Amino acid sequence: MSYLAKPKFQHPSLEVNALGFTHRDYEGSMSTLCAGCGHDSISAAIVRACFELSLPPHRIAKLSGIGCSSKTPTYMLGQSHGFNSVHGRMPSVLTGANLANRDLIYLGVSGDGDTASIGLGQFAHAMRRGVNMVYIVENNGVYGLTKGQFSATADRGSKSKKGVDATDEPIDLVALAIQLGASFVARSFSGDKAQLVPLIKAAFEHRGAAFIDVISPCVTFNNHAGSTKSFDYVREHNIAVNALDVITGRSTIEVDYAEGDRQDVLMHDGSTIRLHKLEAGLDVSDRSAAFGMLERHRFAGEIATGLVYLNEGARELHESLDTTHRPLNELGQEVLCPGSKALQAINASLR
Amino acid sequence: MQATDISHPDYFHKVVDCQWACPAHTPVPEYIRRIADGDNDGAYLINWESNVFPGILGRTCDRPCEPACRRGRLQEEPVAICRLKRVAADRKSDIADRLPKAPSARNGKRVGCIGAGPASLTVARDLAAIGYDVAVFDSDSQAGGMMRSQIPKFRLPDEVIDEEVGYALSTGGAFVASSRVESLKAMLAEGFDAIFVGCGAPRGRDLDAPGRREAAKNIHIGIDWLASVSFGHTHSIGRRVVVLGGGNTAMDCCRTSLRLGGCDVKVVVRSGFAEMKASAWEKEDAMHEGVAILNFLVPKAFTHQRDRLTGVIFEKVTAEKDDRGRRILAPTGEPDVHIECDDVLVAVGQENAFPWIESDSGVAFGKNGLPSIDPVTFQSSLPSVFFGGDAALGPKNIITAVAHGHEAAISIDAFCRGEDPRVRPAPMTNLVSQKMGLHEWSYDNAITLDRRFAVPHVENTKALKNVKTEVELGFTDEQALAEARRCLNCDVQTVFSAPACIECDACVDICPLDCISFVPNAPEEELRRSLNAPALNLTQAIYVSEPVKTGRIMAKDEDLCLHCGLCAERCPTGAWDMRKFTIEFPRAGHTCQSTL
Repeated sequence: MSYLAKPKFQHPSLEVNALGFTHRDYEGSMSTLCAGCGHDSISAAIVRACFELSLPPHRIAKLSGIGCSSKTPTYMLGQSHGFNSVHGRMPSVLTGANLANRDLIYLGVSGDGDTASIGLGQFAHAMRRGVNMVYIVENNGVYGLTKGQFSATADRGSKSKKGVDATDEPIDLVALAIQLGASFVARSFSGDKAQLVPLIKAAFEHRGAAFIDVISPCVTFNNHAGSTKSFDYVREHNIAVNALDVITGRSTIEVDYAEGDRQDVLMHDGSTIRLHKLEAGLDVSDRSAAFGMLERHRFAGEIATGLVYLNEGARELHESLDTTHRPLNELGQEVLCPGSKALQAINASLR
Repeated sequence: MQATDISHPDYFHKVVDCQWACPAHTPVPEYIRRIADGDNDGAYLINWESNVFPGILGRTCDRPCEPACRRGRLQEEPVAICRLKRVAADRKSDIADRLPKAPSARNGKRVGCIGAGPASLTVARDLAAIGYDVAVFDSDSQAGGMMRSQIPKFRLPDEVIDEEVGYALSTGGAFVASSRVESLKAMLAEGFDAIFVGCGAPRGRDLDAPGRREAAKNIHIGIDWLASVSFGHTHSIGRRVVVLGGGNTAMDCCRTSLRLGGCDVKVVVRSGFAEMKASAWEKEDAMHEGVAILNFLVPKAFTHQRDRLTGVIFEKVTAEKDDRGRRILAPTGEPDVHIECDDVLVAVGQENAFPWIESDSGVAFGKNGLPSIDPVTFQSSLPSVFFGGDAALGPKNIITAVAHGHEAAISIDAFCRGEDPRVRPAPMTNLVSQKMGLHEWSYDNAITLDRRFAVPHVENTKALKNVKTEVELGFTDEQALAEARRCLNCDVQTVFSAPACIECDACVDICPLDCISFVPNAPEEELRRSLNAPALNLTQAIYVSEPVKTGRIMAKDEDLCLHCGLCAERCPTGAWDMRKFTIEFPRAGHTCQSTL
């Protein structure tokens, strides 16, 4: 970490977005994570994505659990709403907030411990309910705050800093999310913002449960030879299955990737995700193909990154529950609690 | 782009914009840090080594450093570098015993300096300190040259000149007072091993217009009149004064007039306000004291009545572009303006004059009336004669004259040792890490948002009463410290090591100015556009590394870097380090030379 806040000075020719903000306006307070932490890069990518989408900061709610990753919402989006909840309980707190006010943009930030261990059940139900949110896991394979024990996403055979192998089977959160019904599922790497930023943008554009597993090397406890989540290892084994551009009404941002097959997906809000298929024949709307692709790369010892699965037609929680379009928190007491006569009428109708 | 060669002495020097812009290359951030640390003696001595007259320059310098200051590029006012120099000079203790003394071993060589201004005094200081016998001749009774004669006392008190001229001569140079040199040939005949001409640009340009001769009694040449005031020969001027010219001399003339009885003082300038040669702060000070500046008026004639000046007639002009796109002043056709006045001060420029150099002396002159000299060695066509200051390249300023003096001293030293003065000694550079601990640096890297502090002035009513009352009071202790803290320490350089980099992006994310990018290599023009924030200032370098692991390069735009060191604080592998760059310029008698 550093002990000095980032000076207020900014580049005089910084780009401004549709709201007149620069990316600096989306930053948060000073990070207290280790110098070089992958999580800080992810925070910067989220800042960049929100800036590029011109999201109004005061309409974003950022929620997290406990852990290094869950500290990061403090270090970004300083003008947004935030809630640092209980360990592993971000999904239910976020679900509650979403039910109360469906108009906000929900960002859940979690880690591999927070999501794959203590919060696995919470994660599962948020995904299967289709809570309209962006769920980002900052996945470094170790418990950084307790000095580097393996987490549930550590690959079998990966070596700890002291040279001990991980013996248990890892949880693949991407495969799990698809299986559980998440409608936007991606994997990326903190060291590749060219891939990560468009993925986060696309996730914000998606309506429904959007999940991104971001491999984020722990520079202090998991960035050594033998680790499968080090900068070097991930770079060497990273296979990007596609690259995407998010085309909003305002501007086109071309990602600099080699031309391949193209797949355009129209999102709910009218923007388009343009996918450049780097892996021939992979159709992101095909669930079984996604599982096959993941398994194939896992077997080959590779890390498949990119947009893995997208179902733009999925139903989100509010649709399933058929709630009012007006957020519940805006409804008055008399509407929310119509009184004993209305209750008697309901009861009578059920007899 | 090629990877940057940071071992080249110019590379990091250029990043220290103020030092690069200073003709004498004063290590500005270093002395400002000393001031911030309360070490005014150290700050003064650093200045003294480079620019010889810190107290004088701290009041009068043209400050080429300040427009170059990086703070100015951050949409802010530059650090008050010049007035901080004065802080060090005013607050230092007695440093006399820390200055070099004339060595007891003399080398037997004699050097004569003509004129006792800043250039000659610099030559004398540098050469006397290494064993030369230097004699400085001047027609005035006191040394200092134009610093004493032309700069009004309310800007530069005599005590400051006395002290610093004294220090310059304390290395053993001898001042020969009231001794005008009338003939170069006679000087040459006296057997000097080398002669340095530092006699300035002593002739004030006149304005030939109808009525000039008839009204001569009330029309004065600016620099002569200022000298006359300085030496106490002139004590008064008419109530209504017109100053012709738009340079700093004009500003000194008008402000001096206010103190000698002028109530209605106007500066009338041919050009527009923005194009005036005077420094912005000098114009400000003059207007603050009540001087009116009138622009786009060209003097046509002096009006007079019975040998008495009654005013000046001006033609109204406007700035236009001619066919070739050059700026010209064209008459507007409006009726002429008559400005009534009792006295006129003509400050329309200075010229070089060398009536005492015989045409057959061997010193050749160019068409512009300036001596033909080598621009690096300052040697004239007569090998034993060197020039410097305004005498060499025409009117400039004190700090330029000092820089010339240093170079000429090196040349004279080489010449006297029978070496080729064109072989210039290289500067010595050093780059030392400032890391003191995990997150500790040996410099203050917290960036203050303070705006530039204004130097307090004496109130007008009091200031205008006496031509010797110094107008500027100088910074208070609190202001001086706060102003010193505004310095960005641009000499503490960001140094990058590609092999150590793991490309975690920490530096990219934390850099407040978006200076750092990791991108595919490309030709400079393309690269400048591909960075996180476009590098539009072409005068500032892009620091390009060797390829990192992914084959990309680190490209850092030096333009707006705050030198806050956050890249180095956030770097997990020490690929970034903050290292203090020092560049030491050789002086006459530098160590890397053969002995005499």
